Amino acid sequence: MATEIKPNTGTWTVKSGLAQMLKGGVIMDVVTPDQAKIAEDAGAVAVMALERVPSDIRADGGVARMSDPQMISEIIEAVTIPVMAKARIGHFVEAQILEALGTDYIDESEVLTPADENNHINKHDFSVPFVCGARDLGEALRRIGEGAAMIRTKGEAGSGNIVEAVRHARKVLGQISHIRGMESDELMATARDLKAPYELVKGIHQTGALPVVNFAAGGISTPADAALMMQIGVDGVFVGSGIFKSETPQIMANAIVKATTHYKDPEMLASVSKGLGASMPGIDVRTLPESEQFATRGW
Amino acid sequence: MAPIGVLAIQGDFLEHRNMLDSIGIESVEVRLPEQLENIDGLIIPGGESTTIVQLIDIYEMRQPLVEKVRKGLAVWGTCAGMIVIAKHLKDKRPNPLGLMDIEVSRNAFGRQIDSFETNLDINGMDGPPMHAIFIRAPLVTEIGNGVEILAEVDQGKPVAVKQNRILATSFHPELTEDPRMHTMFANIAHSMQ
Repeated sequence: MATEIKPNTGTWTVKSGLAQMLKGGVIMDVVTPDQAKIAEDAGAVAVMALERVPSDIRADGGVARMSDPQMISEIIEAVTIPVMAKARIGHFVEAQILEALGTDYIDESEVLTPADENNHINKHDFSVPFVCGARDLGEALRRIGEGAAMIRTKGEAGSGNIVEAVRHARKVLGQISHIRGMESDELMATARDLKAPYELVKGIHQTGALPVVNFAAGGISTPADAALMMQIGVDGVFVGSGIFKSETPQIMANAIVKATTHYKDPEMLASVSKGLGASMPGIDVRTLPESEQFATRGW
Repeated sequence: MAPIGVLAIQGDFLEHRNMLDSIGIESVEVRLPEQLENIDGLIIPGGESTTIVQLIDIYEMRQPLVEKVRKGLAVWGTCAGMIVIAKHLKDKRPNPLGLMDIEVSRNAFGRQIDSFETNLDINGMDGPPMHAIFIRAPLVTEIGNGVEILAEVDQGKPVAVKQNRILATSFHPELTEDPRMHTMFANIAHSMQ
């Protein structure tokens, strides 16, 4: 009856499997151990440990890098839910450091200043799983081809504006249903047009879904925003500046968690949306010059 | 025969439903207390145990669920679900439901980089060992009277246990293609109390 463990760690199944466990949940950006505890108490499924939330990174300008490992370790100590942290696009040494710290998931993130404008990290090299941003299906499949075990649509982080998150989620899901309806002999040309690995395109044609969990991110700042993304068809949501830049973070955190579970229940959504105080201030993404848009980083 | 309920608050509840569907067992999603009526059993899926317990309390499901199980509702917790149904935890949080007389340690094998796959022999299951996926998995550290150990890793580390009509597994049968554990639970749930 007793079975010897022959540890088979860092496999694709355990990497993509952790993301399965996060489904239907909210992942919250936190900058201190105290915020991490507030997030955990509100029912967050994971926290993203970082030095500055995206709206502050946007306001401060300059180069945004991986957060201080000391701060990440303190957040790991503070909570029992998984802790994610961000590495710059292509900065595999930051990723090595985050893996050594015991981070549970690495976000190779466009919110930080890219370290490599051609290559993303070869995520197959790591035991720790990665989540990556995407604006369309081709980008999502390229990241999965490099080993990403979870995808999030990029949206426009730190904008407080849901419009880009909606655009990217609809784009990815629309392209998936388009491929689903194709004839098999159209798949190679589609892979060429999407600049995506053929085998992954073929998989989409067979299953009608991405082979990994797909969350929404970038601009979610109210319970209604979270429920909107869930109804559009993502598996869960990342909320960055939306919680700790709101007037009453605890209440907002709780409300967004409830809205994500009960995204199909308008009465529940009405009740959790009451008395939240002011949401974070937003910006019209159309007024942002391309150089200030995070979503255009990476390819 | 009533359907099997799958707690659909958070986590991989869809994978459980798909597995039940593949063996011809009807299932329903349970999100609110009234949905606990008219089910033969309840699966508490993998997910984040802190989140699942918080939401069980927020949606006021704790009392009705404890009451149902006292009256014989069959329950199966996988991974986070094992933590949710335990009597005691080695950890400070969450506050478990106390449905099964076990003590559980969360993240007992380490952080995500220590998550692993292996093959397990399971008591009472015919055929080859079961492929078992452990993700930030818990471990049973104490068992009470009447708790039967179905599988262990190494020596003396129980990862599948049964007490009357309650099952708990540290691993995720729902992430495999092997429905034997689901069949075992459905048989318990649909058997006369």
